[in-house]
Amino acid sequence: MIFFWAFVVGGLICVIGQIMFDVFKLTPAHTLSILVISGAVLDGIGLYEPLIDFAGAGATVPITSFGNSLVHGAMQEAEQHGIIGVVTGMFEVTSSGISAAIIFGVIGAILFKPKG
Amino acid sequence: MADKKKKNLPPDAQNYQKFQQQREVKRPLLKNCLKAFFIGGLICLIGQVITTFYIYFFHFTEQTAGNPTTATLIFITMLLTGFGIYDRFGQFAGAGTAVPVTGFGNAVIASAIEYRTEGFILGVGSNMLKLAGPVIVYGVFSAFVVALIKTILIKWGGL
Repeated sequence: MIFFWAFVVGGLICVIGQIMFDVFKLTPAHTLSILVISGAVLDGIGLYEPLIDFAGAGATVPITSFGNSLVHGAMQEAEQHGIIGVVTGMFEVTSSGISAAIIFGVIGAILFKPKG
Repeated sequence: MADKKKKNLPPDAQNYQKFQQQREVKRPLLKNCLKAFFIGGLICLIGQVITTFYIYFFHFTEQTAGNPTTATLIFITMLLTGFGIYDRFGQFAGAGTAVPVTGFGNAVIASAIEYRTEGFILGVGSNMLKLAGPVIVYGVFSAFVVALIKTILIKWGGL
């Protein structure tokens, strides 16, 4: 069942992105920034965690989860170290997305030649 | 803002703009949304399969399996981007390939490959995050603001 909800919720988040592209005529960079910010805000008010429990990868794969896990890392450290933890714990949970993108980006640049 | 700009134009140009707006091809919203829904859903479904795989074979929990899943998806994106398949997909699916984390990976990897001709430090190194930069910058800043407000509320507001 979780596979079905992953498909539906993930698809719906992409539809929101598509509507921002087509109806509001936003650039991809604007759209993705807004989605990341809304992910952070949703986690702030405690709505993103239940969505992950409900839809699994449907909520963790779209870019909104990036904002969610940034807030999560910050909150984890903040529980131990207070306000300073907000700054130091920011990348605690998210590191995988950014580091994977950078690592595979460099490997890709070594392996592949630009086309056209 | 667009209206203000129009007022400063000569009347001919204003007429032209009206004419151009009428003739502009309407984007097929429903069709685009359906494509985005199915491709985006499919990518999340693949993500769920990978997540399940990590839970059963490497003993991750539901909460921690998100990280290796992201890394695996970005690795697959690297191969698809390198062979030029992802861009073709992207033209077809619009937001369906841009919104999942694979779109973020594609933005980083595609610019890394593209700028390779300018050298590895000044080309790849400095241009890699050009497209993905806004996402990281505003993700971090908004997360900072949200976490700060929440921490203050918890510590002193007794939430």
